[in-house]
Amino acid sequence: MPIEVLMPALSPTMERGNLAKWLKKEGDTVKSGDVIAEIETDKATMEVEAVDEGTLGKILVPEGTNDVAVNTPIAMILSEGEDAAALKSGKPSRKAPPDPAVAEEVAESRPRVEEPGAIKAPPAVPRQTPPEELDLPAGTETVSMTVREALRDAMAEEMRLDPNVFVMGEEVAEYQGAYKVTQGLLQEFGARRVIDTPITEHGFAGVGIGAAMAGLKPVVEFMTFNFAMQAMDQLINSAAKTRYMSGGQMTTSAVFRGPNGPAARVAAQHSQDFTSWYSHIPGLKVIAPYTAADAKGLLKSAIRDPNPVIFLENEILYGQSFPVPKLDDYTIPIGKAKIARSGSDVTLVSWSMGMTYTLKAADELAKDGINAEVIDLRTLRPMDIDTVVESVKKTGRIVTVEEGWRQSGVGAEIAALVVEHAFDYLDAPVLRVTQKDVPMPYAANLEKLTLPSVAEVVKAAKAVCYR
Amino acid sequence: MAVASSKAAIQPVPDDRGAPPDLTKEQELKAFRDMLLIRRFEEKAGQMYGMGLIGGFCHLYIGQEAVVVGMQMALKAGDQIITGYRDHGHMLACGMDAKGVMAELTGRRGGYSKGKGGSMHMFSVEKGFYGGHGIVAAQVPLGTGLAFANRYRGNDNVSLTYFGDGAANQGQVYESFNMAKLWKLPVIYIIENNQYAMGTSLNRASATTNLAQRGSAHGIPGEQVDGMDVRAVKAAGEKAVKWCREGNGPIILEMLTYRYRGHSMSDPAKYRSKEEVDKYRTEHDPIEQVRQRLIAKKWSTEDALKKIDTEVRLVANEAAEFATHDPEPDPSELYTDVYA
Repeated sequence: MPIEVLMPALSPTMERGNLAKWLKKEGDTVKSGDVIAEIETDKATMEVEAVDEGTLGKILVPEGTNDVAVNTPIAMILSEGEDAAALKSGKPSRKAPPDPAVAEEVAESRPRVEEPGAIKAPPAVPRQTPPEELDLPAGTETVSMTVREALRDAMAEEMRLDPNVFVMGEEVAEYQGAYKVTQGLLQEFGARRVIDTPITEHGFAGVGIGAAMAGLKPVVEFMTFNFAMQAMDQLINSAAKTRYMSGGQMTTSAVFRGPNGPAARVAAQHSQDFTSWYSHIPGLKVIAPYTAADAKGLLKSAIRDPNPVIFLENEILYGQSFPVPKLDDYTIPIGKAKIARSGSDVTLVSWSMGMTYTLKAADELAKDGINAEVIDLRTLRPMDIDTVVESVKKTGRIVTVEEGWRQSGVGAEIAALVVEHAFDYLDAPVLRVTQKDVPMPYAANLEKLTLPSVAEVVKAAKAVCYR
Repeated sequence: MAVASSKAAIQPVPDDRGAPPDLTKEQELKAFRDMLLIRRFEEKAGQMYGMGLIGGFCHLYIGQEAVVVGMQMALKAGDQIITGYRDHGHMLACGMDAKGVMAELTGRRGGYSKGKGGSMHMFSVEKGFYGGHGIVAAQVPLGTGLAFANRYRGNDNVSLTYFGDGAANQGQVYESFNMAKLWKLPVIYIIENNQYAMGTSLNRASATTNLAQRGSAHGIPGEQVDGMDVRAVKAAGEKAVKWCREGNGPIILEMLTYRYRGHSMSDPAKYRSKEEVDKYRTEHDPIEQVRQRLIAKKWSTEDALKKIDTEVRLVANEAAEFATHDPEPDPSELYTDVYA
């Protein structure tokens, strides 16, 4: 029976990719290890090797096809003795995705540095329809871009404006970013301003802060915020507190950015949300955008801000596209929440990746006649609690949605503030949808169970509506 | 036990390199005055602590004065200084006002940090003093970052990054060494080896006790210096500063020194013998060495030096007076300076 070759997932978060090129044609013999095709992900072009032996019987997806979903059959391989007639008869014997673990980047001539987490498995998170950008002036022209591109453009624009701005971190320069967020910066700004560091989070965070004390403006990339735990002392004790300890003499204007929060299938040590940790600390500003427009506007504001800013990105959002205003200098004020969807029955509050569950839940709730108002906090510190309170005064009900843990989480803070400022308006207890109280499991089903889901948000929203 | 084991910790002062170059009369007199100011200031601070005017931790610099005063003689405008929590001497050496330092120790509004930082957290951008850091070794990456900024800007300024023998075992020191050498950053790592990390002698905490060689894995040159002799410190400092200004990257100076007092005011220093302390006080005291040379060369007289002593005592007393009567910060200051 013919074997189906499936579109492989080549990163933890890849959902689709472009079939750039077939290196074998129909009728060619293939054996295990042969490179059969090149696939473009949003980060790189990867070679795909065959796992099975036989003859390339049929190419199902021609080269040049864009946006091929992971696990789509892209070719059929005929085993020894089979002929093309077998392609027409019956179902294939088994599905065989090529082994992505052995895939190599062709764009890179030097050995591939492993990105955090092994390659595999598409994420459980579906693509979202971008929300309405309510804070844009009417008639503003937009361009569709990924969160990744928006972040890169924000850094590039600020680097063009201010010669004191530089980027440092692991793999930010020659490798073009472990998650390709700094793509092209080395080429435009050179090695003086785009600096590859050794793997030394504690050390380079401190170097960045020292440079900031001397008046430079570092944008320090952590490959992920999981590794920033190594640098926690410098971030809290040196960056956050220095202005206060110096009686206002010394500023540390620096941005610490990188992906935060659960990724996909990378288990407990590489998949964790640190939002509540940083939001606890006076002296820090903490930002966690959802859309590309917010990512761009807020990162530009963060770089200009005279304070240390923790800028929490999300790996799964990097590849998602949103409309971004076509403006020369698009900034968004730090500390302003956004009403991503207006409603009157229940307030749903989230930020970053949590917005994907929340917006989808709002769609589901609408089908049942519940009109949810969705607030994207965007900045966690300083928190725009006024927008939340105003909404609760209207709806009388609130559910918070976050990927972090429940105890002492951001939702707990929001609940306390709402009780403090809108107690008389509440018609139901505040409910929190969070990650379950366990380390991140690896198994796909358990991972799905521990994360917040659309269904959980819907259930909580209905519960506070007594429905 | 502790006393017995600590005796082995006494570091011989290097004596195989001959006497360091002489200072001029003016330099000797300046070194005498600057070191004596630190000593009198610290004695006063100790007294004020005893009176309950200074709270929390207070780490005195007495005995180590030659290190900062000698290094300061090798600097030029724009060079940066950063250190740990035993920082009063560094601030006075780089010209910060004794009143402002003492008022910070007492937590008053006229302190360098408006009373919000205290003994371990003071800064003066104007004087190139970048703190005053309370977490052991945290200043090492920060000082490396100051050097990074010099290189980024293409100037020839040097970062003087001070830390102790205790900090020398922290991981971030070696992370910093690696980056400093990799990027050829103009930083002098000055290890003030006073032989005790709080109550633990160097040889009880360190697998190798020659701290000048701690950069060898990164190709960073290092030198042990008699940190009780201001001439030796100045000479080593000038050599190191030249090395950095010429673009050769980092260098380590291990200052063999000694603190006469305990680790902090609450430390009775039972881990070392009285004889050990007395030996340093009587045979190696940095100020006494300068005094003897000034007298021997007839560059000064007992009376003239006594007059200097009176003058610096007055500075310390005035600082104490100011720090005692300066008001505490206004309550509204609680909420200022958190964000710019």
